[in-house]
Amino acid sequence: MTQPQARLLGTAREGGIIYPFIVLFLVLAIWKGQTFYGKTNLLEILDQQASFLIIAAAGTMVLIAGGIDLSVGATYALCQVIATKMAESGDPVLAIFVGVLVGIGVGAVNGVIATFFRINSLIATLAMSFVITGVATLVTNGNLIIAYSALGFANLARTQFLDVTTAAWTMIGVVIILAIVLSRTIAGRYMYAAGSNSEAARLAGVRVQWIKLATFAISGGAAGLGGIIDASRVLSASSANGGTTLTFTVLAGIVVGGTSILGGAGAIWRTVVGVLFIAMIGNGFTLLAWNALYEQITLGVILLLAVGGDAWSRLRTS
Amino acid sequence: MPEAVPPEGGTPQETTLRGAHVELRGISKSFGGTRALEGVSLTIGRGSIHALVGENGAGKSTLGKIIAGAHAPDAGQLLLAGEPVRFHSPRDAIGHGVILIAQELSIVGSLTVEQNVFLGVEPRNKGFQNRRELRRRYKELAASVGFQLDGHVNAGQLRTADQQKVEIMRALCRNAQLIVMDEPTAALSRQDVEALHAVIRQLAGNGTSVVLVSHFLNEVLELADEVTILRDGRLVQTVPAAGQTEETLMAAMLGRSLDATFPAKRPGPADAPVVLSVRELRAPGVNDVSFDLRAGEILGLAGLVGAGRTEVARAIYRANRVYSGSVTVTAPAGTGKAGTGKAGKDKEITGTPRTALRAGVLMIPESRKEQGLLLGRSVRENVSLSTLAQVSRAGMVQPGSERRTVRDVLTRVDARGGGQSSPASALSGGNQQKLLFARSLLSDPTVLIADEPTRGVDVGAKRAIYELLTSLTDSGLGVLLISSDVEEILGLAHRVLVMRGGRVAAELTGDDVTEAAVLGAAFGAAERGA
Repeated sequence: MTQPQARLLGTAREGGIIYPFIVLFLVLAIWKGQTFYGKTNLLEILDQQASFLIIAAAGTMVLIAGGIDLSVGATYALCQVIATKMAESGDPVLAIFVGVLVGIGVGAVNGVIATFFRINSLIATLAMSFVITGVATLVTNGNLIIAYSALGFANLARTQFLDVTTAAWTMIGVVIILAIVLSRTIAGRYMYAAGSNSEAARLAGVRVQWIKLATFAISGGAAGLGGIIDASRVLSASSANGGTTLTFTVLAGIVVGGTSILGGAGAIWRTVVGVLFIAMIGNGFTLLAWNALYEQITLGVILLLAVGGDAWSRLRTS
Repeated sequence: MPEAVPPEGGTPQETTLRGAHVELRGISKSFGGTRALEGVSLTIGRGSIHALVGENGAGKSTLGKIIAGAHAPDAGQLLLAGEPVRFHSPRDAIGHGVILIAQELSIVGSLTVEQNVFLGVEPRNKGFQNRRELRRRYKELAASVGFQLDGHVNAGQLRTADQQKVEIMRALCRNAQLIVMDEPTAALSRQDVEALHAVIRQLAGNGTSVVLVSHFLNEVLELADEVTILRDGRLVQTVPAAGQTEETLMAAMLGRSLDATFPAKRPGPADAPVVLSVRELRAPGVNDVSFDLRAGEILGLAGLVGAGRTEVARAIYRANRVYSGSVTVTAPAGTGKAGTGKAGKDKEITGTPRTALRAGVLMIPESRKEQGLLLGRSVRENVSLSTLAQVSRAGMVQPGSERRTVRDVLTRVDARGGGQSSPASALSGGNQQKLLFARSLLSDPTVLIADEPTRGVDVGAKRAIYELLTSLTDSGLGVLLISSDVEEILGLAHRVLVMRGGRVAAELTGDDVTEAAVLGAAFGAAERGA
């Protein structure tokens, strides 16, 4: 490969998802005009994606530190049913607090299993997702939990501030904090180190297991918060919410953004772009009134392209 | 061409008679912006052993890979038996009888030796493996090359030298006429090196051409018929090995003459304070090891591969489990930064590498790629990893402070090639090793354990590392040096512990430190005739 080619590829990989994102945005903007790029539509996308973005930002950390969390969909459901049930008759703030705490606890359990018991996190979190879903169903008895009277609980997601919902504000806050932790703090550096070469990191004095455990705990907490935000929006919760669809949509966003499933490389801003890219495809299908079935196929193809493109560019540049 | 040649090898006369096997004309190759090879032309005689030597980054591995189809040249021609060929893949090259045995072996550990040898070309019977036929062919092949290797054992359990034999047989059963070997002896103990040398001679004797990429000049001189010397991707010269010496080769590689490889050794500090005290250490592969290391001393840990040297280092550093025994670190008064209060206090290492680091012990591990570096991360992140707290405030890494600190320490270890933001994988072996030294220096250790610090490193970088080690001891650091290169131990260490079977077999000081004494103790009475 010649030098300019290599440099072009390097840049393409560095920028990655940005270019298709911009192209898609322009195409939709030209095609549908105000309907797409109008404030209402864009803010709605942001609001709808709030929980996904929170969960995906945390999931990025897990992936970078060399793990994977397949239990976020289940944790999402468990935390939302617990919080909603508590909000039904109690203090909404306490309900939210406890819900997030349960998420962090579940994540910590994932982390302990995946690190100290040395069980591959793919399997560990998959197994845990069944357990968590089971527990969530026990909490609800399989019913929809409704808290229509708990208007205080609704404030978490529905309040508007500067035309933007609190759900979106919360998301923006959480994502920025996680991005700073990952890119600017010692802990963040250790996450990259742990995922890049865990043995080297250990020998360099990094407490690899604790770092990995922390990423799982953060991921669990984020899944909980996401679930609670979505429950707060509709004032109801079910153990059937979230699930594998959520898990894999979030994972797709992370990977499309360009974070490596092999660990050690990636960034939260990438994930934000990746998740929004997928959301934009969904939005496009809705606005164009296309058959939603094709949306799934499109998503699958894009995911393959993203992963394939990454693998291909690695092969070429190495 | 009447040169003296080893009688076992193919003689140059034969070589000329059999003609050229491979001819390279004006080969050039770049990676990204780096020019790896430029206009290299050479001829490899059929049935000859042709060595490629040069510093790391001189392009010898790249050249080997181009011959074997692992890389495609950007320009130039490759002629095989006079016919121009263009290999599109290693598989393509194998089809032409050219096979590469890379530095990293490609053994499938869970398969048996015979399955590994015939991997992909198994004798088949209606789609099923024909095990009996496999066994028969394996025995035939092993007998023909004279390897005593049980075909039924799992290849993963074999020593590296035996795994190399598996690779060679794999090449042979695919009708290899030319085998490119990249640093075949880098990870071998001395006796295994001898065994492999015999194999290589035998291959050449049977008419197989061998291209040998090696850092070991004595090996090159011993084996090769012809030597091609590369420098900065260009061909310096191709000469018959006979008549060359290590000095002439080295001078050609470096383009300047190298009078002393090792820095002058200062006298051992006999009465300096003890900085590291190891008592009755028992750990996997370590059986009751006790010794002291003094400030300013380089203590060499010698022995055959598998004698327990690395295991001792890993046990001290708590990278491995420890059954019993104690390791105590004492920073001598007057060292250490003011206010850290580390001087004079005994610290026992327990638990994890993190506690070892805190106590002032640092280990540069045996394998820089697997245990040392974050290859995909930047130079900067690699260097600052162990001491991020120094360049951080309230848990936040301060980019400016980090950049300055890393720049200063990189200057100290003289690491070059690529900026702080380029990935560690882009650096040459020697510079990668310097990154690990840089990381160690930042934590201002009392004791430095360097496990094979010059493995796979070019001559120039070796010297730089030797000088670095010496200058570190001048500042009062105690160094535990592990090396398979006896000359390195002899040239650097004030005192040598020779290990055998997990124990310290001998302690040598002063004039007793000779190659004969080290090797004698290393082989010892327990030599099992292997």
